[in-house]
Amino acid sequence: MIRTFALLVVFAALCACSKGGTASGSPPIPLLLKEHRFTPAEITVKANQAFALEVTNADGVADEFDSDSLKREKVIAGGQKGVVRVGPLAPGRYPFMGEYHAKTAQGAVIVQP
Amino acid sequence: MLGALLIVFREVIEAGLIVGIVLAATRGVPGRGLWVSAGVAAGVFGACVLAVFAGGLSSLFHGSGQELFNAAILLLAVGMLTWHNVWMARHGREMSRELKAVGAEVVKGSRSLLAMAVVVGVAVLREGSEVVLFLYGIAAQGGATTMGMLAGGALGVVGGAAVSALMYLGLLAIPAHRLFAATTGLITLLAAGLAAQSAAFLQQADVIDVLTTPLWDTSRILKEGSTVGRLLKTIVGYTDRPDGLQLIAWLAVVAMMITLMRLVNPKRPAAMVGSLAVPQAAE
Repeated sequence: MIRTFALLVVFAALCACSKGGTASGSPPIPLLLKEHRFTPAEITVKANQAFALEVTNADGVADEFDSDSLKREKVIAGGQKGVVRVGPLAPGRYPFMGEYHAKTAQGAVIVQP
Repeated sequence: MLGALLIVFREVIEAGLIVGIVLAATRGVPGRGLWVSAGVAAGVFGACVLAVFAGGLSSLFHGSGQELFNAAILLLAVGMLTWHNVWMARHGREMSRELKAVGAEVVKGSRSLLAMAVVVGVAVLREGSEVVLFLYGIAAQGGATTMGMLAGGALGVVGGAAVSALMYLGLLAIPAHRLFAATTGLITLLAAGLAAQSAAFLQQADVIDVLTTPLWDTSRILKEGSTVGRLLKTIVGYTDRPDGLQLIAWLAVVAMMITLMRLVNPKRPAAMVGSLAVPQAAE
């Protein structure tokens, strides 16, 4: 009982801490998932700047935005939007995919110096 | 069909591995099959509920609802695993001595079993919700390949369960007098890995903004997303690009486990193994 209560307190504290909007303050970069393909398939950003991807799932079914290199995974229900905040990144190529339709749903974030 | 099979298979073994470790760790405690089964059933039910409300959950807390939920239930599992290890460190010796009194043994065992049922439930909930969403998506889309993909998904569940059972049997092959120390260690590593995953979700949710730079990159050696990588991720918390916060979380949980277990029972856990092994009923 006490453990459950403690957990709820921690959860509430975490929620109170969560910030709205993007970490950097700039508008989120739109990313469309339609017919299990990402548009644009490549997104270019500058290094060491936090940004956010606003993923719109235009398909009728859920998919999971999944990137090991970006360390982000998020389920986005069909017809919904999801915001994925990504911290400052070093230059490089960071692939991501729609895990449930990985054959076609592939993309990458290109970080330029 | 193969694609669906692989996706479902990987999710199922991630949960199945945790179930196997929990079953090995509770070996000999009466009624543990029932508790673990209840945990699995609760997890499956929860996974279906979560799949239905995935959209609603996501939009909570400025769009961070999913990440916060994941972080919270992972931390809950860490708490339960810690509680189990500490409880076993304290009561393991008593349990073996008092096993004659059947009533006492059931009560003593069942509190720890509740914690393990929660751990199992969390694991099945996490992986199960992805399986449910994935399979529902296939079924909802319809089309010529639907039956094939659903069959692949079903085979993935069966295959995943079978491999998980093999891993559990592998754990049982450990000699009884070493099993306790082995499962204590496995549970410690499991909890540390879950804490590191929770840290990543907290960073994803922007709750914690620090220590986000990856410390090293072993993705050329072993990709985190590969089947072996994912198994290792579950067992020890392997991640190919850990950042500072994840490493700290991992180390902190290991340190906390060892400290707490030593505090409640200054004797080394291995020393108590003999007392547990004696009255073990044959499985």
